[in-house]
Amino acid sequence: MSKTIEEINEKIEKNEVVVLTAKEAYDLVKEEGVKKAAEKVDIVTTGTFGAMCSSGVFLNFGHTEPPLKMETVSLNSVPAYGYIAAVDAYLGATARSSENPEYGGGHVIEDLLSGKRIRLEATGAGTDCYPKKDIDTKITLDQINEAIMFNPRNCYQNYAAATNSSSTRLYTYMGALLPRYGNVNYATCGMWSPLLKDPEYRTIGIGTRIFFGGAIGYIAWHGTQHNSARTRDDNKLPIGPAGTLALIGDLKSMNKRYVRGAYFEGYGVSLMLGIGIPIPVIDEDMMHQLSLGNEDIKTVIVDYSVASRSRPIVREVSYQELRSGFVEIHGKMVPTGSTSSWALAREIATNLKQMILGKRFFLSEPVEKLPRDRIVKPLEVRRK
Amino acid sequence: MSSEKVKKKLILSFSPELAELPITYHLVKDFDLVVNILRAQISPEKEGRLMLEIEGERGKLERGISYLQSNKIRVDSLEKELFHDKELCVNCGLCVGVCASRALILDENDELRFIKEKCVMCGICVKVCPRRAFKIEL
Repeated sequence: MSKTIEEINEKIEKNEVVVLTAKEAYDLVKEEGVKKAAEKVDIVTTGTFGAMCSSGVFLNFGHTEPPLKMETVSLNSVPAYGYIAAVDAYLGATARSSENPEYGGGHVIEDLLSGKRIRLEATGAGTDCYPKKDIDTKITLDQINEAIMFNPRNCYQNYAAATNSSSTRLYTYMGALLPRYGNVNYATCGMWSPLLKDPEYRTIGIGTRIFFGGAIGYIAWHGTQHNSARTRDDNKLPIGPAGTLALIGDLKSMNKRYVRGAYFEGYGVSLMLGIGIPIPVIDEDMMHQLSLGNEDIKTVIVDYSVASRSRPIVREVSYQELRSGFVEIHGKMVPTGSTSSWALAREIATNLKQMILGKRFFLSEPVEKLPRDRIVKPLEVRRK
Repeated sequence: MSSEKVKKKLILSFSPELAELPITYHLVKDFDLVVNILRAQISPEKEGRLMLEIEGERGKLERGISYLQSNKIRVDSLEKELFHDKELCVNCGLCVGVCASRALILDENDELRFIKEKCVMCGICVKVCPRRAFKIEL
């Protein structure tokens, strides 16, 4: 049994397509087995919603009269990167406001999407062709020319869970970590997560059309720190952070429900973002991958009390155990918390299913495969 | 005097030398109150803090509070409550693992449920929430 994306798209067109969410597909395979499910089902929808720090938007503000070549740029006192021609800038999700440490790039993005007026301040050197030296004005998302979200690293294929063996409370991008293994926080949507459902990137590749913050977006490239060569288990799943995606889409078409600013105490600001990817059931092997549940998907718990890029591993754990509310560490039952919203992951997968059934979303063939041989290199600080 | 039964959460703050005063004994014995200690923070040479849930007849409870105040104990009502803003919440559950009283849990639909009765107002969720969805309301 095998199906092509073209055949599946024809089924969408003819209202014959069978689409299930990741959870529905899991349940169906439990009942009927991989072979039957692979024949029945055409598409399985996945979803994820969580803090994705490596995100931001390219903005084009339009030209003032007389024109200004923007160098320093800030939006609601949050610095953006100018120096891209005259009126283009990139606002990163983790940029912090100079006035309010709990407000930053992620919040400006959310506020833009909510239709709020945003204060834009910019300065430039003043040239013959761009004589103006500064502006202080208000903009809205509707008024500016473009707002293109381009995120260098989203959708981490698995992520390490965090705990803290020390005697002091730690505040991290994984949340507050209480002393003496007081809690464990994890950051993946388990069986809802797109890249855990197509772990070898057989159908997810460059050019793949996706649900991106409520709009239609695309996979632009493999993401930064794409660590696809990481060791896999018998189910081809990486136990810990592996592949990543670089994504692109139009902020103007997004839904603020899936694009939210975030502030992590002691760490700073970020953007919480919702992404969904449809996975075509091209053959039985694909259906097998899609049928794996939280009991099959594992990660490692690492100790954040060691302030190093290579933190010691405390133990391996399944998402089923993490999701149960407690995990055992050294004989103690430790409560767990999640930085990702499984409720929104489910909602996104369900929305995506409805979009496909309503012919508002067709699958796309990847233009290129994602690389599978990449490792992440460290940065050594050298004196010479 | 009102005999209507009421229940209140109170925070008592007192200077170190008052730590030896058997206040819970007096509240129970003299004022016929049911006293449940929710949190206690008493250490030598530091201001002590007790969080109590007190139940009893309204009049007796008021007299009990006056007794505490006459002993130079500051009494703050915990009628202020934790407010969970569902519009801001994204149901991530980062608050769940740090909530020692299990007043915050993820339900079978992966949605955050706030069980008000279990909350001891420690405030850690206010600090931890990346969406700033919790507020302590006076």
